[in-house]
Formats: sequence, structure tokens, C-alpha cells
Amino acid sequence: MKYGVVVFPGSTCDVDAYSLVKDVLKQSVEYIWHQEEKVTGFDCLILPAGASFGDYLRCGALARFSPVMKAVADFARQGGLVLGLGNGFQILTEAGLLPGALYRNTSLQFRCQDSYLKVENCDTPFTREIPPEQVLKIPIAHGQGNYYADPETLRQLKANGQIIFRYATAEGEVTPAANPNGSVDNIAGVCNESKNVLGMMPLPERASEALLGSADGKLIFTSILKYWEECRL
Amino acid sequence: MLKAEIKVLLKQGVLDPQGQAAEKSLSALGYQNINQVRIGKYLEVTLNEKDRTAAEAQVREMCTRLLTNAVIEDYTFELVEV
Repeated sequence: MKYGVVVFPGSTCDVDAYSLVKDVLKQSVEYIWHQEEKVTGFDCLILPAGASFGDYLRCGALARFSPVMKAVADFARQGGLVLGLGNGFQILTEAGLLPGALYRNTSLQFRCQDSYLKVENCDTPFTREIPPEQVLKIPIAHGQGNYYADPETLRQLKANGQIIFRYATAEGEVTPAANPNGSVDNIAGVCNESKNVLGMMPLPERASEALLGSADGKLIFTSILKYWEECRL
Repeated sequence: MLKAEIKVLLKQGVLDPQGQAAEKSLSALGYQNINQVRIGKYLEVTLNEKDRTAAEAQVREMCTRLLTNAVIEDYTFELVEV
């Protein structure tokens, strides 16, 4: 399986994502510079975390107009898997590939801590290998991860099973105290209607090896691999 | 030339954590009559353009496409001669 990691000026977790795919998943991976107008031969594209374009204007607002994003949108439209992590999630919402928007944490603090995620939908290419009821321990590191969607969008997200991860306690209880950034309904990750584009503020690439404190994030990538293998048959 | 003075605010109904923090601080300073503080952005775009109608249409397009995010923000602008 071949991954592409899109690199924007200011991306900082591109190397984390690259090394995860290469060293942990043992799959092939290439960087894709944001000026590329074509992306071919990839099975999954990762939009990495970090402050693309310095987070100027709004997080993700400038990256969304990089030439590569048209190719990313085409890839997504054809059913290709796109995973936006942290800033990558912000870019996907700015690009309209995912609903809603992300803005300043209600605490006004940059939050760098472990978060616990309740998995709301295990029937997606990104979550199918996650045992139901398993709570994922995956860290966050952001100042603007406060997810907002208007009530009508929220209703559609719920109806279509597009809410994938919600911030919870270690026991899997979704409570206001477990919400690190003020996100509506504790939302930590959402996907598009066809479930092939996922955005999440927690950073699974930082939690895919036991040595890093948690390997729970790897379940997302083994799900992707399993999905890809089945699609190939 | 025309200059667009653009004001961007979070939509009513979208929580403004910065505004709320400033609001609390003003109250702490003893201002008893603060009803609400909202914090947004001010942008200036200067255009090599004389036609106000054309400039207005262009500024609106720029706001929609890039300068603001309609999911969470509202904007207003004025055009002034420079």
C-alpha cells in the first residue's frame, strides 16, 4: 500500500507521519510537495499536522489554495482515502472536504496532553479494526481545535454516522470535563458522507508505538490497511 | 485607488472565547456596565480600481473565497478613496 504525505510550508508533523508509515506500518510512502498539481499512484493521502503557512489568517485557510489541494479533492471524489491530522483536519474543513470549522479553544490555551477518544462509528475504512467499546488514548497538541458546526449540520453528521471520535474520560464517558477545547458535542473527528475522508485533531501518528506511551493510534492505520487489502481483492 | 476596510466577527451564536475573557477582565477592572465584548479582525485591502461597483463585487468575492470562513464568521466592509 502506498501513502502520500502532503508537505506544506510550515508543516511540522510530516516527518512523524512519514516515519510511522515507513518504520511502523512497513508500507511505502512518499512526500508530496504542496505545489504538485497531480497525485498519482497513491492509495491514501495524509495531510499532516503542524502550522501550514504559519496558521496565518485562519488555520488551514491558505494551505487550502495550494495547487495540490485540487488533486487531493479529485482523489477524494474518486473514493481515495484522505486522512487529515490536526492542521490537516483544519485544511480539510477550510477546503470544504469536511463539514464544520475549527477555531480557538474555549480555554484560550494551547493544549498538549493525552486525550481519550470514544469511537462513535466502527464501520468506516479508518475504524473497522478498532474493537467496539475500546477507548483510544491519543494525544492532542493544538490551540485551535474547537470544532463548530451549526445545528442543522450537526443533525446531519449524527444521522449519517459522520461523527467518528468524541473526547471522553479514560472509561469512555463523554463529559464536559473531558472536552479539552470546547468542541461542540465533544467532537474530535468527523468524516465526509461517503466515509473516505477523515479529519481529527488528536494525533495518532504520535501514539502508534508502545514506546511513545500508547499504540492505540495504530488501530486507525491497520484499519486503513485492512480496508485497502479487501478493496484489492 | 480604493481601500476596503473589512471587519470580521464571529457569528452571533458562535462562542467567542477571546471576547468573553476580555469581558471578564473589564468587569474585574470595575466596569459595571459591560454587556458584551466581541473580538474579531480588521483587514485592509487596497485596490488599483476606481469603479466602486467593481471593487465592491471583488471584495465580496475575496471575503467569501479566502478572507473569511462563512461557517463561523460574518463580515462587513466599507470602501474609501485613498
